[in-house]
Amino acid sequence: MKTKTILLATALTSAAFAAQAAEVTVMSWGGAYTKSQVEAYHKPFQEQMGITVNSVDSDNPATPIKAQVEAGNVTVDVADVEFSDAVRLCDEGLLMEIDHSMLPAAPDGTSAADDFIEGALQDCAVANIVWSTVFAYNTENNPTAPDSIDDFFNTADFPGKRGLRKSAKATLEMALMADGVPAADVYSILETEEGVDRAFAKLDTIKDDIVWWEAGAQPPQLLADGEVAMSTAYNGRIFNAAVAENQPLEVVWDGQILDFDLFVVPKGAPNVEEAMKFIAFSTDTQRLADQASWISYGPARKSSGALVGKFMDGETDMAPHMPTAEANLGNALVNNFEFWVDNDAELNERFNAWLAQ
Amino acid sequence: MADATADIIQSQPQKLTTKDGKPLKAALAASQSRAKRKAFFLVLPLLAFMVLTFVMPIVQMLHQSVYNPGFTIHEDVISKEQTPIMVNLRDWFDENPRGTEPDETAYAAIVQDLIVLRELRAQGQAGTRINYERSGSRSLFTKSARRAPRMEAPFKQALLEIDEEWGDPELWAAMRDASSAYTPNFYLAAIDLTRTDDGSVERVNENRALYVNLFQRTLFLSVLITFLTFVLAYPIAHLLATLPLRYSNLLMIFVLLPFWTSLLVRTTSWMVLLQSQGVLNDAMVGTGILADENRIQMMYNQTGTIVAMTHILLPFMVLPLYSVMRPINPSYVRAARSLGATSWTAFRRIYFPQTVPGIGAGALLVFILAVGYYITPALVGGADGQLISNLIAFHMQKSLNWSLAAALASILLAGILILYWLYDRLIGIDNLKLG
Repeated sequence: MKTKTILLATALTSAAFAAQAAEVTVMSWGGAYTKSQVEAYHKPFQEQMGITVNSVDSDNPATPIKAQVEAGNVTVDVADVEFSDAVRLCDEGLLMEIDHSMLPAAPDGTSAADDFIEGALQDCAVANIVWSTVFAYNTENNPTAPDSIDDFFNTADFPGKRGLRKSAKATLEMALMADGVPAADVYSILETEEGVDRAFAKLDTIKDDIVWWEAGAQPPQLLADGEVAMSTAYNGRIFNAAVAENQPLEVVWDGQILDFDLFVVPKGAPNVEEAMKFIAFSTDTQRLADQASWISYGPARKSSGALVGKFMDGETDMAPHMPTAEANLGNALVNNFEFWVDNDAELNERFNAWLAQ
Repeated sequence: MADATADIIQSQPQKLTTKDGKPLKAALAASQSRAKRKAFFLVLPLLAFMVLTFVMPIVQMLHQSVYNPGFTIHEDVISKEQTPIMVNLRDWFDENPRGTEPDETAYAAIVQDLIVLRELRAQGQAGTRINYERSGSRSLFTKSARRAPRMEAPFKQALLEIDEEWGDPELWAAMRDASSAYTPNFYLAAIDLTRTDDGSVERVNENRALYVNLFQRTLFLSVLITFLTFVLAYPIAHLLATLPLRYSNLLMIFVLLPFWTSLLVRTTSWMVLLQSQGVLNDAMVGTGILADENRIQMMYNQTGTIVAMTHILLPFMVLPLYSVMRPINPSYVRAARSLGATSWTAFRRIYFPQTVPGIGAGALLVFILAVGYYITPALVGGADGQLISNLIAFHMQKSLNWSLAAALASILLAGILILYWLYDRLIGIDNLKLG
């Protein structure tokens, strides 16, 4: 919070004293995640390049930037979006293409194209992290610890409210996995009308017990308040609440859904040049590793992995908290971005109708 | 004296003129119109402001609700250059009437158009437009456009191989509808209706029906909240109006203080009070009224919306009521009582009728505000406490189906105008008293 205030103050002062000063506006997801980016990317970028970084937050940056581009009034230079949104917005011609050759090579000389993990480099986007949607619970409110995704949908044996993200993505997949669908078959089933019905039928079983959240900062809050017994969440948010704020929260990795977050530049962005500089700077090996020491999201470069050590408290090892840790991949689903590129609009429409019924 | 009068009488048939010889009538009219023009210049800023910020947006909204060029024109984001799209298909539609079985020429036209879409990166836009009419079509366009440049004749077969949906008559009907930028279809969608492939109108599939239900809920909750505020506000306003001024002023502050407090603060305070680990539940559990596992869910549902909105809108009912009750002379009721009326009759026949203008004003204010309420239901409403305005916001900000949002908003506007008209007919708008 304080850093943001300082950044904002700096931005305002520099705007007042030198209207022409170079700046770049970065839109991210708020809370602990934005903080990790401010610490790992914004501050060193500002120091070394002399370009002011303005940080703004949104529940899901893909939505406001699409609206901004369509309305022809773009104020954001760089946005942090999910994989399927990056591809979808690129398909729709709303994003600038990014020249991958501007990305720095790894310290050992491996080119960026080989250093980034598969899928992390897209025409219009460069990934910075691997994150996952998991479910977590408050150890004080759950006498028996849930250990599988079935338990999340089992309100008889695990009473209490459930927090779920108010969107079709990840929610439908989890419902199917809880209904006994193996991770490998989730998308082939979800592609059929019956599969979608099946997912909604599973959601129906707990519909009255669901508290819907939209901002990533909400689930740790809901869990800590005891407002819900379990909630889906972005894994890093739970880690930060548990480790940095000592909340009694625990992650269940069963049925986790892995996804990328990627930097994109909306078409019509006011500071394209600075935006590209920011992306190249932030996604180099060291910065990505630095971010992972602020929040438990995996870096998108292979070469960063070895540099990730301990959390900022100097005690907690980050490795076992990463979604990509071997032990956590038991029943993990990798988000099928093509499926969501094609079906996002339809399924969310159905989802909203279902919500209101 | 008499001479002078005679002079005037004599001169009457002649025209009255001013000193410089102009006819008086014209001179008066001129000076009056000058004054009017001056007055007009004074209100001109306000008029311009109203036109710019009120009339224009409404006109624009009404236009947007029937106009969507998603399937006809592509505008480049940066250069603002407009390119017509789907031109070949439109030609085919012009030559063939509704219901014609699409032939190879039609499919060839689509493939050509898809190639153009791909070059412009407009396949998402075109697909989204068709998706508004027929769910599931967006992906059809994006994936077909991706492969269109590699397609070879016969195109019908090539397209059907990608997806059999290309042969669906409903899709063709949707494309025909969308190939003209002006369409009533968004209004149909806003009341859960859809067009079938032969052009007739029918209800949408049950699991997609949404808006009629929400309009009903909005109407029901608004009426309920208006009634609740009335029940709560009437005694308060009466108390305020009858107490000596120094006490009533103090009490008035209690009414006004929340009124001056930010809406968000008031809403979030209700969240603190109502949530299942909140003040109210904790108090009831603490005093043993409730068992810990039976905490009442008072928020993230309709109850939350009703409680928070009733409280937030209460001052809008109290203030008009108070302003009407204050000047009511207490001697009327006393007179009625002394003439033998019971206290109930005196209230019903004498006091109550005098407060009707205040009730009307308060009810109209609260109701109109409630119908368009947005922030409070979004925060405390959960899933079943959402109102139609939340869906309008959803389509404005998230799904970006601005035409549907405009259609929903227009219907809401029309509904309020009808209610206003009804009110005028039944009670008379002149009887409205805001204070």
